[in-house]
Amino acid sequence: MKYVFLLYDDEYAWDTMEDAKRNEIFGAYMAYTDALKKSGVHISGEPLTHSREGKRVRAGGVQDGPFADGKEQLGGFYLVEVKDLDEALEWAARCPCASFGHVEVRPIWDIGN
Amino acid sequence: MSDARAIAEQTARASYGRLLAWLSSRSRDVAAAEDALGDAFRAALETWPETGAPTSPEAWLLTAARRKLIDGARRQNTRILSTPALTLAAEEAEAAMRADKPFPDERLKLLFICAHPAIDAAIRTPLMLQTVLGLDAARIASAFLVSPRAMSARLVRAKRKIKVAAIPFDTPGGPDLAARLPTVLEAIYAAFGAGWDFEAGAETDPHHLTGEALYLASLLTQLLPDEAECWGLFSLMLHAEARKDARRINGAYIPLSDHDTSRWDKNMIAHGEAALAQAWRLDQSGPYQIEAAIQSAHAAARLNDRDISDEIVMLYRQLVEIAPTIGAYVGSAGALAAAARPEEGLHLLATLDPARVENYQAYWAVRAHILDQLGRKPEAQSAYDRAIGLAQDEAARKFLMQKKTDLHLPRT
Repeated sequence: MKYVFLLYDDEYAWDTMEDAKRNEIFGAYMAYTDALKKSGVHISGEPLTHSREGKRVRAGGVQDGPFADGKEQLGGFYLVEVKDLDEALEWAARCPCASFGHVEVRPIWDIGN
Repeated sequence: MSDARAIAEQTARASYGRLLAWLSSRSRDVAAAEDALGDAFRAALETWPETGAPTSPEAWLLTAARRKLIDGARRQNTRILSTPALTLAAEEAEAAMRADKPFPDERLKLLFICAHPAIDAAIRTPLMLQTVLGLDAARIASAFLVSPRAMSARLVRAKRKIKVAAIPFDTPGGPDLAARLPTVLEAIYAAFGAGWDFEAGAETDPHHLTGEALYLASLLTQLLPDEAECWGLFSLMLHAEARKDARRINGAYIPLSDHDTSRWDKNMIAHGEAALAQAWRLDQSGPYQIEAAIQSAHAAARLNDRDISDEIVMLYRQLVEIAPTIGAYVGSAGALAAAARPEEGLHLLATLDPARVENYQAYWAVRAHILDQLGRKPEAQSAYDRAIGLAQDEAARKFLMQKKTDLHLPRT
């Protein structure tokens, strides 16, 4: 079963964060990504830049970021392949983001191609 | 007003499991008994504030629940639920209560039903927490990191299985007891572990599951006072719980060797020691007693400033012999490292099946520590990384990251 982990946290916290703290979080993410890979569940994953660099496109036109949708914003994702939802939740709980933001776990809709 | 509510809530804590055990062992339908009891508690909360709490809250609840159960049975016309038998049994229990006798305690049957071999091992602990303690599915689900909806569905399935497979509500005796007790102990210990995991993440266990598990373990020692392993499990849990306030300070993980022992609950340690002494008196060995002895030795070492590293190695060797779990092997390797025998610890770790330790965080943390001790720094770094990546708990993650930094290897 494929799942995507959508990582939400307060992206403004990153702006004012001390370097040591930022390095600590990067280190935690590297170790986590590495553990996902070594266990063979990692398909892909990337961090996203601040939503102020994002654009939203609708039929009506284009909107510049940032997007004030709430306290926590989408800041990255992982795509994983695991046995079942229980295993997906276990891995999501290990994600550093779960300690300071939240991780949304969504099954990939298998449309058969 | 709030007095009646307080009495209803207090009765719920003390009597929920008793009433449910009693009703479900007669109706043989746990789900129906839960529904009926839930309705009875709701009715109590509505009625008692106006009428005042009854003299025997349990009798009141039982009568209300029984009425619901019989109504339900009539409507469904089920054959499993024998209405006359239920009515007679209820009258008998109500008479017993009027005679000022304690309400019959059949929770032991409930504990054994929940941990029955026919019930999926993963759902035994949640089932126990729900039926014996009345915890709701959402709270149990969070503690076990399962979605609340999935947890509810699994609990419903387990209860249906008890009913359909007609798993008997009885307390095993003789050799059956010895064979089936371990699953009950394991399920109670798993409840403690689930609370523990969460406590690791936060300052305190938000689900209060360790407290609930301690209650179950204590209950089991009352229900089966002649079983040494019940006392062993209770002692193990008391020792672990006693160190709770020393284990995390301001969100930082503190290893046992650095605990500020003034933060230990000495009273609880004394209770743990008494429980272990009670277990020894019964003269039946078992894994929980050995684990309790290990924790007891750790406590004595810190409190009396005594070197117990060889004693711990020996206890772990015994543990691995009778209960060869991955956790016991990893603990054994850690004990060897603490006794200045890291090579032997590493050798022991190497004998474990790689597939079983792949995602086992404690394995990687102990391995990293041993490699660090042996001066094999690049390997230690990679093992620390694996342990950090598998950590669910920020305090443990930070602790391991600091240990990794302390290796002073050039950044890669």
